[in-house]
Amino acid sequence: MNSFKVQYTIDGEDFSVAGEASRKLKKVLQSLGVDPQIIRKATVAMYEGEINMVIHADGGVIDAEITPEKIHLFLRDKGPGIPDIALAMTEGFSTASDNVRELGFGAGMGLPNMEKYTDYMNIITEIGVGTTIEMIVNTSLS
Amino acid sequence: MKLKKVVELLDANILNDCYSQDTEVLSACGCDLMSDVLAFVKDQALLLTGLVNPQVVRTAEMMDMKAIVFVRGKTPGEEIIELANEAGIAVLSTEHPLYHSCGVLYSEGLYK
Repeated sequence: MNSFKVQYTIDGEDFSVAGEASRKLKKVLQSLGVDPQIIRKATVAMYEGEINMVIHADGGVIDAEITPEKIHLFLRDKGPGIPDIALAMTEGFSTASDNVRELGFGAGMGLPNMEKYTDYMNIITEIGVGTTIEMIVNTSLS
Repeated sequence: MKLKKVVELLDANILNDCYSQDTEVLSACGCDLMSDVLAFVKDQALLLTGLVNPQVVRTAEMMDMKAIVFVRGKTPGEEIIELANEAGIAVLSTEHPLYHSCGVLYSEGLYK
């Protein structure tokens, strides 16, 4: 398998379609024959990120690069930024609205889950400018 | 536990064609918070929830879950059923509340 790149634009207007990009990535990974447990890790991490982009940042862009060694995800948004990354990484901490909570999210598990399911995660954020999250899931089982 | 037994124990209705009575579920998660579901790592799992929106199906799909049971008589709309069909996830509904449904399945051997 050579390097495979795909880009998804995330619609920030409609919460009901949040997750569509992650579903599409899952199908891509399945078609490439990636191990199902690796697919689950990568797509759950991306799904949480995608939900965050819709909830907090009015959408954004996700770039995925799949190589024989890893799944590399870049999530970029032009949202408000994260004032305190350490606080945002705390399980249970959330700034989501009651409306979002009623839809089953905003439990403060998004970023912790993303870290849990990936082998590498880095957050670059600037208040009023946006946030970029880079995540890597190794595809080699070793 | 076979899905057939889940249906019997919960007096559940079968809402789509992805149901197979011989589908085996090895674990279950009863939850209305999808982020908590996404933190739950089990294979061949069953999701029980009172939440009714498309994210329930997407969450179950990301977690490779086999079936969703909507509790407290909640009935999903066409959009949700269609998403579940695309994902190959069986959709059931029961009049029983979440706590009761989980308790029954647990007492009958679905411990994980």
